[in-house]
Amino acid sequence: MAHALEPQAKTLTEAQGGFSYGLISDHDPRMRIVMACVFAIVTVSLSTIPALLTALATSIGLLLMSRLPIRRTLKRMAMMDSFIIFMLVLLPFSMPGDAMFTVFGFAASWQGLWKAVEIALTANAAILALMVLVGTMEPVTLGHALHKLRCPEVLVHLLMFTIRYIEVLREEYLRLRGAMKIRGFRPGTNWHTYRSFGYLVGMMLVRAIERSERILAAMKCRGFSGRLLLLQDFRMTRRDHLFAATLTAVCVGLLCLDLL
Amino acid sequence: MHIVDGALANPVVIGGAVAAAGGIAIGLKSLDLDRIPTAGVLAASFFVASLIHVPIGPSSVHLILNGLAGLLLGWAAFPALFVGLLLQTVFFGFGGLTVLGVNTVNIALPAVLTWMLFGRLIARGSPVHGAIWGGIGGAFSIAATTGFVAVSLALSGDAFLPAAKLVFFAHIPVMAIEAVLTGFAVLLARKVKPELFIKVATS
Repeated sequence: MAHALEPQAKTLTEAQGGFSYGLISDHDPRMRIVMACVFAIVTVSLSTIPALLTALATSIGLLLMSRLPIRRTLKRMAMMDSFIIFMLVLLPFSMPGDAMFTVFGFAASWQGLWKAVEIALTANAAILALMVLVGTMEPVTLGHALHKLRCPEVLVHLLMFTIRYIEVLREEYLRLRGAMKIRGFRPGTNWHTYRSFGYLVGMMLVRAIERSERILAAMKCRGFSGRLLLLQDFRMTRRDHLFAATLTAVCVGLLCLDLL
Repeated sequence: MHIVDGALANPVVIGGAVAAAGGIAIGLKSLDLDRIPTAGVLAASFFVASLIHVPIGPSSVHLILNGLAGLLLGWAAFPALFVGLLLQTVFFGFGGLTVLGVNTVNIALPAVLTWMLFGRLIARGSPVHGAIWGGIGGAFSIAATTGFVAVSLALSGDAFLPAAKLVFFAHIPVMAIEAVLTGFAVLLARKVKPELFIKVATS
């Protein structure tokens, strides 16, 4: 995940940006989560190239609607592709079928190539829709929406704590790295680097545990009884129903296109 | 490490989701009032630790540290690592929504296994003794994770076998790095806060 972040970029706050994301962010978060799941499941079940291309076009349409920074979002998507590129490149060679060409005596098959294209289209269409529909939420709103969708309460609490402390701990990490740098530390492929990073991780964890003890004490002091009261309320408006209906219709259309 | 949507066969995806739900349920049961903040802060710190790039030759790898997460959290590593993966998927676009279950199992089950196998060994003896077991645990968890990733790919079709093997062999340097770093992290934690692992090993 780190590959997508520039050194000075904020971890999660960068994702939320702090301004309204056009036509998507006004909709009910619960509906967006459910629709992102529906869309992902439908996309994964598609198996023909035209249907998958339409699914990707739908995701790109959602991206344009959302007013997310297009270049950065697509760059993130490309980052994910760089993870799977090896697998995709290997597929034509490992799947038996009609020979396309040979490299060093290994035959590449058309079937393998199409399979690779299919996976790439599915993965990109599903993740782009998710990033547009759910990734544009405030992380805290995601927690509230999951709670309203009847996720286990403890899991939602864990999510809220994690979201709350990622930024705090990242600042601590940058502070420690700054302290290392000021003492002339330059990472390289050597034992000293590995030992220093190991101590850095260890120190971060020890401090994190001690911090969590202080947090717990402070929360108990304020009457924490194991429940966080999540007060945010959501309401489905007519626009939400319309949006959900349209996206559902698109999903049904995709399934029909796939069967043709 | 992240498997994406569309790559795996449906039975693998569904099996992964069911197994992940089971693991998360066990983990959540072990989280009482006093441990929720600890698990949350640790989940956040593992999220941040995975931002650290460790140079190796001309390239660099980012840390996973799921072994260390298991050693500190036990079964609670399951929901904690799930939360991390969920945030990564939603806000950074790594992995995929339908394969979230498989990815959770691939990362969190090795963490829990590491805790079961090495948890007590790390808390015993001298700090250096604990650090050596920590290093072995760190390498084991990455080996198990890559093994699980390879198995999930191989179960989805023979065509993925070369990719599965490639994933495994490409991660051997990562195993070495994680082993050394986990070892030193345990060494420091044993010296600075000796009671840390004892509490986890006995809980």
